[in-house]
Amino acid sequence: MVFSKSIFNLFGKSPISPLQAHMTVVVACAEKLQDFLAATIANDWQLASDTFDAISKKEDKADEMKRKLRLQLPKSLFMPLDRGDLLDLLSLQDRIANRSKDIAGLMLGRKMSIPEPLHQKMTDLVSSSIDAGRQALKAINELDELLEVGFSGNEVDLVEKMIGELDLLEDKTDQLEQEIRHQLFELEQELPPIDMMFLYQVIDMIGELADLAEGVGGRLQLLLAR
Amino acid sequence: MTLFAEYGQILILLACLFGLFMAWGVGANDVANAMGTSVGAGALTIKQAILIAMVFEFAGAYLAGGEVTSTIRKGIIDSSVLADTPELLVYGMLSALLAAGTWLLIASIMGWPVSTTHSIIGAIVGFAAVGISPDAVNWGKVGTIVASWVVSPVMAGTVSYMLFRSVQKLILTQEDPFNRAKKFIPIYMFAVGFLIAMVTMVKGLKHVFKDAGIAMSFGECMLVAAGVGVIVSIVGGILLHRVQRDEQAERYNRFASVEKVFAVLMIFTACAMAFAHGSNDVANAVGPLAAVVSVVNSGAVGAKSIMPSWILLLGGVGIMLGLATYGFKVMGTIGKKITELTPSRGFAAELGAAATVVLASGIGLPISTTHTLVGAVLGVGLARGIAALNMRVIGTIFMSWLITLPAGAGLAIVFFFFFKWIFG
Repeated sequence: MVFSKSIFNLFGKSPISPLQAHMTVVVACAEKLQDFLAATIANDWQLASDTFDAISKKEDKADEMKRKLRLQLPKSLFMPLDRGDLLDLLSLQDRIANRSKDIAGLMLGRKMSIPEPLHQKMTDLVSSSIDAGRQALKAINELDELLEVGFSGNEVDLVEKMIGELDLLEDKTDQLEQEIRHQLFELEQELPPIDMMFLYQVIDMIGELADLAEGVGGRLQLLLAR
Repeated sequence: MTLFAEYGQILILLACLFGLFMAWGVGANDVANAMGTSVGAGALTIKQAILIAMVFEFAGAYLAGGEVTSTIRKGIIDSSVLADTPELLVYGMLSALLAAGTWLLIASIMGWPVSTTHSIIGAIVGFAAVGISPDAVNWGKVGTIVASWVVSPVMAGTVSYMLFRSVQKLILTQEDPFNRAKKFIPIYMFAVGFLIAMVTMVKGLKHVFKDAGIAMSFGECMLVAAGVGVIVSIVGGILLHRVQRDEQAERYNRFASVEKVFAVLMIFTACAMAFAHGSNDVANAVGPLAAVVSVVNSGAVGAKSIMPSWILLLGGVGIMLGLATYGFKVMGTIGKKITELTPSRGFAAELGAAATVVLASGIGLPISTTHTLVGAVLGVGLARGIAALNMRVIGTIFMSWLITLPAGAGLAIVFFFFFKWIFG
């Protein structure tokens, strides 16, 4: 006899902890950019290549987790969070990993060397973008506590505050980006033009990481405001 | 009646056997649904759940199950139509028990979440309307019962919604939820004790009081129930006092300790749930049995006779057998299935369902505990309390709800003509 009769199939799998796990991997992926940049500055292309492989591995893992979570979220699920917002949040998170891989891939492919005067500022830019990612992860990690209180009260204020800090980090990244562009503009005449084109592009992409992190915070805010 | 003189013993024996079969089915499956919430939320081990179920199912059946038993025994069928042919009622009730028990078994094997209540009501209405005559069914009463099947999940959902919202407001969103929980949970415990004592005294013990010559006014009942509530909350308070903060678990989830406090509350709501289930669902097996015994012994339909207490005992034993042989296995699978349910949610769902079922038992309405609990869980979900609810299961439950009535009725009709042919 089977005797599987139960109303408790009613309980679906929570999307929250997989979402958090995904963001953790994504941020770990972005964090590797710091090592990658250090390796390119040191002109150690072997190390850079190894780091790119590590980034690529993390990105694959994040992709896999994204796919699994999407399959776990059929339309018939009734959740305290909007399904569309949740899926948007997931793809924003995933784009952070994708972008990190793009940045490393482009730099490795062209063996891009960063002009000496920019070394410090570029390192700062990367870590500022990563900080934004970390802050987004911190906010995402509050989701289970938010569920516990039914998305109301003090906990919401706490998360709002975290999102506010995230916005500040994004501002800071923007500012750094501007400064670097300005500095590069002064230098570009003496450097190979095509390299400069791609360098501008890389700077853009690094800044985009922070934008994406801010987007994650924005989606989270939408999830709360229901 | 020569038939009853000749076959009376056999008929009663058959009724006992079928009643036991039905009660076994209730114990094997339905109790697991009622108690699964507590097991799933980790508030009780399976052994503890079974122990609580045994004690409180029986208490519920014995103390508050009289009204529903009487509805099933004589409320659905218009006895005046059967005054000249009491044997038809006996065949009918036998076939209803056998049909509902069989349907439960089939559904269990197939894994359909059907309701014991719906099967027995469908079976009784089926044999009466087709086997005897449509006039034999008290359609007004049946209408009320069916309406209560719609109302009960909605009501349980509303109560659970409000309970969980109150928990959010009073405890979870506050500064120090752990100590707030310790302060406010005895109030919920009081509600559990008060509710059960009240229904027991106003409805269940009515006859006992009358026999003993005790006359209690509504106000006096309320006073005593309040006393019971206070005692329950004191006992609960002592248990709560022992709950320690778990700093280690709190680092992982800030509400880990709070949930430990709610787990204590869930012991009490589990008792309430078992009591409610006993008061409503034991009647499904015991009601038809009581009808058979009363007709065979008195030889007439609708004779005023007190239900012998051994019948309730038999129902209780059947449920315990079901629990001991199969219920624990079902509970085990359930426990693994609902890891997403925390005690603060489970308690709100359980108490909402238990309150609804106990009230329905008081009015004598046979409702489905399972469906009421589903309504209660949805209520907590609407309060944004549950991470994910699989709405496709609601469709399955609704379908099994629709199929159970004609299935129970069809089987009962077949068995009815079979018994009529054998004994007639």
